[in-house]
Amino acid sequence: MLKYIIPLVIFIIMAVFLAVGLNLNPRDIPSPLIDKPAPAFSAPKLGAPSETLSQTDMQGKVWLFNVWASWCVSCRAEHPIMNQLAQQKAAVIVGLNYKDEPDAAKGWLAQLGNPYDVSIMDQDGRIGIDWGVYGVPETFVIDKKGVIRYKHTGPVTSQDVQTIFLPLIAKLQAESS
Amino acid sequence: MRILILVLLLTLSGFAGARVEYREFSNAEQQQAYDDLISELRCLVCQNQTIADSNADLAKDLRRQVYEMLQQGKTKQDIADFMTQRYGDFVLYNPPFKAKTGLLWIGPFVFLIIGLIAVFVFARRNKTSAAAEMSAEKRRKIHGLLEKGDKS
Repeated sequence: MLKYIIPLVIFIIMAVFLAVGLNLNPRDIPSPLIDKPAPAFSAPKLGAPSETLSQTDMQGKVWLFNVWASWCVSCRAEHPIMNQLAQQKAAVIVGLNYKDEPDAAKGWLAQLGNPYDVSIMDQDGRIGIDWGVYGVPETFVIDKKGVIRYKHTGPVTSQDVQTIFLPLIAKLQAESS
Repeated sequence: MRILILVLLLTLSGFAGARVEYREFSNAEQQQAYDDLISELRCLVCQNQTIADSNADLAKDLRRQVYEMLQQGKTKQDIADFMTQRYGDFVLYNPPFKAKTGLLWIGPFVFLIIGLIAVFVFARRNKTSAAAEMSAEKRRKIHGLLEKGDKS
């Protein structure tokens, strides 16, 4: 009897491990920046390069930091969701135009709509490195104290908005600054 | 002839490495530190390559970052810390031994020991059972058969 049970048990254990492994997303690398202060930056605004925006300007506000680029295919898929999210005005949305040409970026926003309260330019990718960006699009949620509370890698879906972003934003808006 | 040219071109294309940037170092140690670092840091876009092997945009940016930090006189440890603060332990091909990475480090040895125990147990069981089952009469029979086989 034991002769049959042992292989069966080994098989079940292996099957469970493989099933879990198959359902993990290898691109989902936990960010060490969660619950840390947002990395400092000061960058020119897209469309108004003489003005700059830094993370201290956002103090006291709940904001989303969405990394996007006109060359990024998944950003195009995500864009309608960002437009919808912007219409709800739940939080300020700041765009990080990552390694992009300003003209291409402006054209992209003109064509597809602009969900961003402001976009800043990171043409050589240095702000991206400071924020640990490795796959565009990425979306960070930052609280009123300037602490990163959540990071989403890859395109945000409408389901993510309903189940993760809106509840989290509501919670952070209720916190005192 | 065409095939020969194709083979030649394919062979040559292998030499096109990812590291195309020209970097100038003030001394040999710095060059060594650069080479060590870029072959220890993982490219996060193409996860099974180091930033030395990868031609992805992010890998290029990280190589530039490593180079600039070395020029500023930062040590290898400083640069490894800089990268882990931003990208986590995953960026290191040689992750530090921690509670979280313990299974990764110890796992192979645990499996090796389980394997050795299993081999040992099976080997012993087979040996004892084989010896016990072979009766004197069976042995004679086998002998007889073998001798018959030799004659034919």
